[in-house]
Amino acid sequence: MNSNINMSNEEYSTYVESKAKKSPIFKNIVWAFLVGGLICTIGQLITNLFLSWGFSKDDATMVCTISLIFLGAFLTAINVYSKIGQHAGAGSIIPITGFSNSVVAPAIEFKTEGYVLGLGANMFKIAGPVLVYGITSSVFVGLIYWIIKLFM
Amino acid sequence: MKIGKQTIKLENTPKILQTSSIVGPKETQGPLSQYFDKHIDDIFFGETTFEKAESKFMKTCIDNLLSKVPTLPENIDYIFAGDLLNQCICSGYCIRDLNIPFFGLYGACSTFCESLSLASTFINAGYAQKCIAATSSHFCSAERQFRMPLEHGNQKSPTAQCTVTASGSAIVVPKDVGTQGPLITHITPGKIIDMGITDMTNMGAAMAPAAFNTIMTHLQDTQRSANYYDIIATGDLGVLGSEILVDLFNKEGIDLNGIHADCGALIYNHDKQDTHCGGSGCGCMASVFSGYFFDQLKSKKINKILIVATGALMSPLSIQQGESIPGIAHAVAIENEV
Amino acid sequence: MDMCMELFKVFITGGIICSIGQILIDKTKLTPARILVIFVTMGVILTFLGIYGPIVEFGKAGATVPISGFGYSLGKGVMEAVDTMGFLGIFVGGVKSCAAGIAAAVVFGFLASLFAKPTIK
Repeated sequence: MNSNINMSNEEYSTYVESKAKKSPIFKNIVWAFLVGGLICTIGQLITNLFLSWGFSKDDATMVCTISLIFLGAFLTAINVYSKIGQHAGAGSIIPITGFSNSVVAPAIEFKTEGYVLGLGANMFKIAGPVLVYGITSSVFVGLIYWIIKLFM
Repeated sequence: MKIGKQTIKLENTPKILQTSSIVGPKETQGPLSQYFDKHIDDIFFGETTFEKAESKFMKTCIDNLLSKVPTLPENIDYIFAGDLLNQCICSGYCIRDLNIPFFGLYGACSTFCESLSLASTFINAGYAQKCIAATSSHFCSAERQFRMPLEHGNQKSPTAQCTVTASGSAIVVPKDVGTQGPLITHITPGKIIDMGITDMTNMGAAMAPAAFNTIMTHLQDTQRSANYYDIIATGDLGVLGSEILVDLFNKEGIDLNGIHADCGALIYNHDKQDTHCGGSGCGCMASVFSGYFFDQLKSKKINKILIVATGALMSPLSIQQGESIPGIAHAVAIENEV
Repeated sequence: MDMCMELFKVFITGGIICSIGQILIDKTKLTPARILVIFVTMGVILTFLGIYGPIVEFGKAGATVPISGFGYSLGKGVMEAVDTMGFLGIFVGGVKSCAAGIAAAVVFGFLASLFAKPTIK
């Protein structure tokens, strides 16, 4: 009898991998597709509504973004968004409502540590990287675009 | 007396006089509900923060324990307690009001066996007459420390486990004090075993090799076979971790089927409660032992049990730094006098 | 009828983008935060390469509502600003075009958290 396992770390990892239940990927994709598609469709309906009220295309898109962010924040605050997320996965993470959810969720949770260092400091705990990498890449893209324009 | 590689035989066989358990709403809906002393529906337990709520869970659990044995807090010699929160604040703030000398322990989810081991060695050596071992965990305080904010909409991996909202405590006394009760005969403190698992959502796989190592060492040191015990209960390996443990023993020619049980797998109804691989956390073994197994020992439905609490000694920080998950398991043998 | 066709395209485009995210989550064990970062960065780059623009033409909100659409407005905004403002536009354009979204997220986040309390699922 040996109290140590006769397996290397790699062998153990492979063994665990083969044993572990896989995510129901087909079901997950269907959910993500339907919920993601639905949120985008709602966005389009909002945009169309404002277009019909005489807003410019850019303005209508902006109102759509603000409305969906409101919707995401509202559903998070009434404890519904996390329930949707359990099923929808990427379908509710990737739309802008998911961005809103990842801003609001830590803000609600860390309120107990105070309004400044709790709520304020943790609000962008999950969504912060989106701004960091989004804005940084936009600046790089802008720089490259500017350089290209110099030679054209 | 130390026997074999790392087991301690407690010649004076300290006794577990009483236990107490308290659970949250999700555990109340689980199959073991009837065995727990107290059921709390409010996840905040009337407090303003989850950390305070967890402290109150533990405090209520210990108060309930003290009410079961006619003794004052002042008469308790030492308390050994721990939880999952940073700097063990749950235990600290809970025991602040109790006026009992306190050893704060951290062994992740293995803490219950660690505290029971130390409490029983103190009693065995004659340094104390009444010691308490207690641990707790809370789903919400653990989620925010180890995982994502509660309201964040994300999917759980099928191998994920759910931290149990519960606390359990036991009072250990010398064999000849008070009414009859199960005796602690051996303890086997475990070594840290790390098989290179890095997935925080698969703790069962990270801890199973540690449980295997500790149980195997215990059996060798005491020269017992696995079926000497009515039950070998692991703490929170969950469904997947349990399968791995049984597999590992099979490879050594030992059949654990029918002997092995896992508190994390027992506490929930996985299909109905959407708990994936089961429960985890310090409170899991603590409440299931204090509620269910102690009841079985008292009513002599089982007479010999080896409880093996398993822990994963990582933090979100170490995982972000690319470290793997070190596992640990401590075993305590508890037997009825026959 | 046009309206229905338009909404159908929106639905399909949004659905496909989210499904790609789901496949990444399930197959690579990437965390949601990483998925968001990848999508927003890809949105910026694809916009610069002129690939995301046509997708937006086709899918409308189906391409602008996902977080890659956030990258689209960052990229589009910065290029427009460089056109009109020159060098300074590099720093102004991206954030300016997303200002509404960011401000909305901060303010609604703040207001929501004043009233909300977390619960268990």
